[in-house]
Amino acid sequence: MAVALILVLVAIGSVAFHLFSPWWWTPIASNWRYIDTTIIITFWITGVVFVAVVVFMAYCVFRFRHRPGQQAIYEPENRRLEGWLTVVTAVGVAAMLAPGLFVWNQFITVPEDATDVEIVGQQWQWSFRLPGPDGKLGTSDARAIGPDNPLGINRDDSNSKDDIVIEGGELHLPIGKPVKALLRSVDVIHDFFLPELRTKMDMVPGQISYVWFTPTRTGTFDILCAELCGVGHFQMRGTVVVQEQSDYQAWLQEQTARKFARLAPTE
Amino acid sequence: MVDVPLGPGTIIPAEIEDVELYHPKSWVTKYVFSQDAKVIAVQYAIVALSVGVVALVLSWLMRLQLGFPGVFSFIDANAYYQFITMHGMMMVVYVLTALFLGGFGNYLIPLMIGARDMVFPYVNMLSFWIYFLAVLVLVASFFAPGGPTGAGWTLYPPQAILSGTPGGQDWGIILMLVSLMIFIIGFTMGGLNYVVTVLQARTRGMTLMRMPLTVWGIFTASFMALLAFPALFVGCVMMLFDRALGTSFFVPSIVEMGQPLDRSGGSPLLFQHLFWFFGHPEVYIVALPAFGIVSDLISTHARRNIFGYRMMVWALLAIGALSFVVWAHHMYVSGMNPSFGFFFATTTLIIAIPTAIKVYNWILTLWRGDIHLTVPMLFALAFIITFVNGGLTGLFLGNVVVDVPLSDTMFVVAHFHMVMGVAPILVIFGAIYHWYPKVTGRMLNDTLGKLHFWVTFLGAYAIFFPMHYLGLMGVPRRYYEIGEMSFVPPSAHTLNAFITIVALVVGATQMVFVFNLIWSLRHGRVAGGNPWRATTLEWQTPETPPPHGNWGKEQPVVYRWAYDYNVPGAEQDFIPQNQPATNTLPLMGLAHA
Repeated sequence: MAVALILVLVAIGSVAFHLFSPWWWTPIASNWRYIDTTIIITFWITGVVFVAVVVFMAYCVFRFRHRPGQQAIYEPENRRLEGWLTVVTAVGVAAMLAPGLFVWNQFITVPEDATDVEIVGQQWQWSFRLPGPDGKLGTSDARAIGPDNPLGINRDDSNSKDDIVIEGGELHLPIGKPVKALLRSVDVIHDFFLPELRTKMDMVPGQISYVWFTPTRTGTFDILCAELCGVGHFQMRGTVVVQEQSDYQAWLQEQTARKFARLAPTE
Repeated sequence: MVDVPLGPGTIIPAEIEDVELYHPKSWVTKYVFSQDAKVIAVQYAIVALSVGVVALVLSWLMRLQLGFPGVFSFIDANAYYQFITMHGMMMVVYVLTALFLGGFGNYLIPLMIGARDMVFPYVNMLSFWIYFLAVLVLVASFFAPGGPTGAGWTLYPPQAILSGTPGGQDWGIILMLVSLMIFIIGFTMGGLNYVVTVLQARTRGMTLMRMPLTVWGIFTASFMALLAFPALFVGCVMMLFDRALGTSFFVPSIVEMGQPLDRSGGSPLLFQHLFWFFGHPEVYIVALPAFGIVSDLISTHARRNIFGYRMMVWALLAIGALSFVVWAHHMYVSGMNPSFGFFFATTTLIIAIPTAIKVYNWILTLWRGDIHLTVPMLFALAFIITFVNGGLTGLFLGNVVVDVPLSDTMFVVAHFHMVMGVAPILVIFGAIYHWYPKVTGRMLNDTLGKLHFWVTFLGAYAIFFPMHYLGLMGVPRRYYEIGEMSFVPPSAHTLNAFITIVALVVGATQMVFVFNLIWSLRHGRVAGGNPWRATTLEWQTPETPPPHGNWGKEQPVVYRWAYDYNVPGAEQDFIPQNQPATNTLPLMGLAHA
């Protein structure tokens, strides 16, 4: 009796926690609303299954608990029932997988008009590189890294001449414009994680990975490292500031001016 | 050999001659360097549970930091990362794998299939002592210069072997890799033994489709482990070379703390593929023995045949096979070719189908049963709930695009603890309450058992269920402290403190269990040979605890499957597997199959 009751309370408590707890995802700030929708579909299907299983168990425990004279039935199998359950499960799984794969296809297909932005991870800070007026990023090589070239940019590549390097962990992006983030690490594996933009991808030394998104809301958003990268992992923070186009242009001008001021041979 | 009259539908199985066993002559050869699988099982269990206590204390320390950041000054970031790494590796490999296969496998396989011992008793002994050596090397890293590795249990290079990670340029990572390699050598000896024993040493009448699901689970898991562990072994060898000899298997051109390293051409992703080719089957290496054991617990204590036995066997085998083609679902956001996501998401979600079938059959076994709410049954029920919960959250993480916001967050931590931490451990507890009477001849105390059960089950659920929502919010895992995150409300810190307090309570309650284990050795109620009135062979031994050789003069002969409970017309509510058919007692169910 008590056991059956507690099992039911576990199911009710779980649902109540889901509905009333203050802990939920952050309001989305990118185009990946579909991901949230797929999560909601998955919550519905799995939630119904969970409650059904637990309540069924509780009923069995209550109804078929041992009492004097209680006798179990002898039924080794029931092909029909087993077949039906298999089919229903397969349908439920397909209902979750289909939208998942559909959205994944979008997730990995970068739109043509996306702007390249390079994100560079190193223990334990973020740097960024914008392609400049030519729209192209110069190549890079970890072996070129030195005090005067912290990101290992290939200076012989003409595309790199107008690239704008941003250190200090704050990247600005214009709202409504798709961004292709090219992810690179110079030491260990990091991960470019923007919880509010539902964006996450590892940055692996020796290769360039990518992830794309379109910011849909202005504001300041955390960049977290989501792949254990050593003892300073939890301190590896940065920010993305999403701005209206005009504000963004002003920031970009400032960055460009700073670059040329640095290049001017004053020393 | 005596010609035994076999009932209809019986098949003579593969069998070996009844060989002379090694007879121990001294206390040392009987209890220390023992060749008796049952003694080896207890040795495995004691060492694994001891490692488990260390891992539990480590989890307390990490929870203290997460619940009350900054309060405990001795837990700095270095120590924190060492604690999580050692906790994870200890639990997955040195506790769960060792306990299920080395502990339960050794004790139950020979007894349940009617054998006198494992087929290679000497190798079996070596297997334990090599495992023990692996544990010593692992524990030694706590005392080595620089302490143990803090690379996370996944040991991803290059950080695992660089100076920015605790133990990366000290002894920690070397001892970890060496310990794993020793473990794998020891396990291979044990694993071959389990597989060959099941295939070759079953007693007369014990066909494969009459084996209890416990044996099926352990057998399938051992077979998988023999295929999966070599991938980890290779990964360990290569990383050890990278660390000690300066090779570049996993290290491309990189800088270390601003200084370029003289390496090039290695692939960090290669290690991840090797690691998860082992790592995913490993989840099922832990889960399948739990599946098997819990099936037998439910059937015995619900006094009902397991529902859909044949489907259960096929589901086990299907899960075992599929688990080798899903590994890269741990790597959706690893930077591998993203098109892999389509394949691995599909295989991963397909594996949900045989897994769901198992759950249906467990709960359908309860339907119209005669449910005795014994302590093992309570643990079995709690297993179903936590396993279903953890399995369902796996459908979030397996569904590639949903994994993007959730991977590497506390959602993942909550998921895998629920599904491969809490759920299998609940089965281990249930199994210990169930088989302790056979091992020792005495029952564990029931009241203490129920106290242990309720605190452990409800406590573990209260720890891990809310944790999912921290991850859904975006709190990453492996963070020494959350610090300032604009999207995390202060209430999240309250939740973390709550989880820590519950974890301390649940951990402390395990001492009740340890006390019960020791106290009942002398003071427990005398059990008799078959206290649960179970059908399987281990309960039919002439003596309890069974002596070396298990069966006295004659090995048992099997006439029926393992689940003849409440057979219509039978005089008792169970018929042991070695009871012949008579005219009034027809062979039922799968005996005909």
